[in-house]
Amino acid sequence: MTAVQKSPAETATDAAVEFRGVSRVFGETRALDGLDLALRRGELLALLGPSGCGKTTALRLLAGFDRPTSGEIRIDGTDVTGVPASKRDTGMVFQAYSLFPTMTAAENVAFGLRMRKVGGAERSRRAAELLELVGLGDRGGSYPHELSGGQQQRVALARALAVRPSVLLLDEPLSALDARVRVQLRDEIRRLQLAEGITTLFVTHDQSEALAVADRVAVLNAGRMEQVDVPQEVYARPATPFVAEFVGVMNTVPVSGNRITPGAAETAQVRPEALLVGAPDGLAGTVLTSTFLGPVTRLVIRTEVGELTADAVTRPGLPGIGDATTVQISG
Amino acid sequence: MTSLLDTPTAAPDAPAARPERRWCAALGLLPFALYFLVFLGGPLYFVISGAFTDADGLPTVGNLVASLTSPQYLLAFRQSLVLSAVTAVIGAVFGTFLAQAVLTARPRSPLRRIVSTASGVLAYFGGVPLAFAFIAALGQTGLATAWLRSAGLDLYASGFRIDSLAGLALTYVYFQIPLMVILITPALEGLLPQWREAAENLGASAWSYWRLVALPVLAPAFAGATLVLFGNAFAAYATALALTSGSIPLVPTAIASALSGNVLVGQANVGLALGLDMVVVIAVVMVAYLWLQRRAARWSRR
Repeated sequence: MTAVQKSPAETATDAAVEFRGVSRVFGETRALDGLDLALRRGELLALLGPSGCGKTTALRLLAGFDRPTSGEIRIDGTDVTGVPASKRDTGMVFQAYSLFPTMTAAENVAFGLRMRKVGGAERSRRAAELLELVGLGDRGGSYPHELSGGQQQRVALARALAVRPSVLLLDEPLSALDARVRVQLRDEIRRLQLAEGITTLFVTHDQSEALAVADRVAVLNAGRMEQVDVPQEVYARPATPFVAEFVGVMNTVPVSGNRITPGAAETAQVRPEALLVGAPDGLAGTVLTSTFLGPVTRLVIRTEVGELTADAVTRPGLPGIGDATTVQISG
Repeated sequence: MTSLLDTPTAAPDAPAARPERRWCAALGLLPFALYFLVFLGGPLYFVISGAFTDADGLPTVGNLVASLTSPQYLLAFRQSLVLSAVTAVIGAVFGTFLAQAVLTARPRSPLRRIVSTASGVLAYFGGVPLAFAFIAALGQTGLATAWLRSAGLDLYASGFRIDSLAGLALTYVYFQIPLMVILITPALEGLLPQWREAAENLGASAWSYWRLVALPVLAPAFAGATLVLFGNAFAAYATALALTSGSIPLVPTAIASALSGNVLVGQANVGLALGLDMVVVIAVVMVAYLWLQRRAARWSRR
């Protein structure tokens, strides 16, 4: 968060996208419950939460595929709550398989321009330019079924950007891809987003994805906003127990001073990397599991204050499964 | 690190099925193969050999020439083709609209259940019972005819007859539409919701979405299903016979009269030649259908 809080008036004019008290009720379920959220111009905001938390509902409301039960949605200061999807000027990338199967990659990218009555020559030029931008300059003539999942999502991204929308909407665009492609495309999306300076709402359930690419992360739970902040703050200072649990791994321990103290009234939340394994004055425990993650090894240790997760720098002599060890807050 | 970049050694292939096991698997097909041979191969052989044999058992192409040149058979072919094409197109168009309407209804709505069940039954409701149902409804003294007359619309005074080509077409459409619903529903279900949303998101109207996105995807399946409808009508015999007593010349009824010697004695082999002509028409339809099926499958591959 920036240190200087802006006045509401300022925020209103500054916001590229605004949800104002937006609720969406499906029968008995409140998918969204009074959502207030503003996206600053040019920022990438990750909307993070478990499945069913309302993040996709929020995105679909912004795209215009659904109408809020109450509340108001603004794009560039204009109320678009009643505007149909086709007139909203948003560019959306879906989870998967959204390319039009009977059109080539280039025709897919040019589709939005065609709908805007842009001439054929200009359309092809822009489509080629966009495909080049996503690294598929030579695949313009390919049909979607001839492209890999990652390539299809690149085309979908180019298609969404081709019309120069005021907001880019990403609906878990990486979830159907395998791990390596996912990281590659994630970084590429960020690179493009920064280059184009386009306001982006990135919906994801993957906290590492959100922390890696977003300017700010908004954590949503059961239709309500838990925290909106820069990734470092969300990770280091989770606003609610839910955020602490959902973003990364968090241990909740009784403390006195800065030491784990069984029976102490005060509790603290400690990340696995802030626990020291084998500390001389540590709490005794037994290693339950040990997971080698490369540079660090993640240990789950059973102690009298419960099971604690600790990340230790991988080195010879780390306790193995079943071994007795000690654990304490480092520093 | 190179080991990580190396192509992983391919897992050893599953051991090739032992020959005796393959034979066992083929054995399971035997009943079907026999059935196929006896009830399709046999008659086909009988039709082909008969078509090329004259009354004295000598080889000839005379039957085939007669089947394709005599005015009564040409008329039968023309009427059969027109009837099949018209009812196929009507059935295809209305069937597609009906199927789409059903799909947009809630999955558990009664409408959806009724239409899909009814389609399954009515698509195979043909022959004498259907002809009777139409005569009872739209015959000269039929219920619907009488009801319309009392409402001021005299069908028969305006030239309609149930035992006419138009009456036949009306009756055929009754089973063509439900068949189309059955055939096209999977293709309509294959239209992914995100295509529509992506199109909308890019500024497309509903009409642009259908014209540029959905219809091109559906086209091969639609054309293939229309061909099936065509073949279905082309081969229908009992319905036509029961409805018109053979007064409207169609290929199947022409074959029946030629074979039974109703009109002229000694025309049996010309009847077989007509049968062969039909086999060729249906074969062409089937080849076209298979080709379209493969095209339709292309879009569903991901």
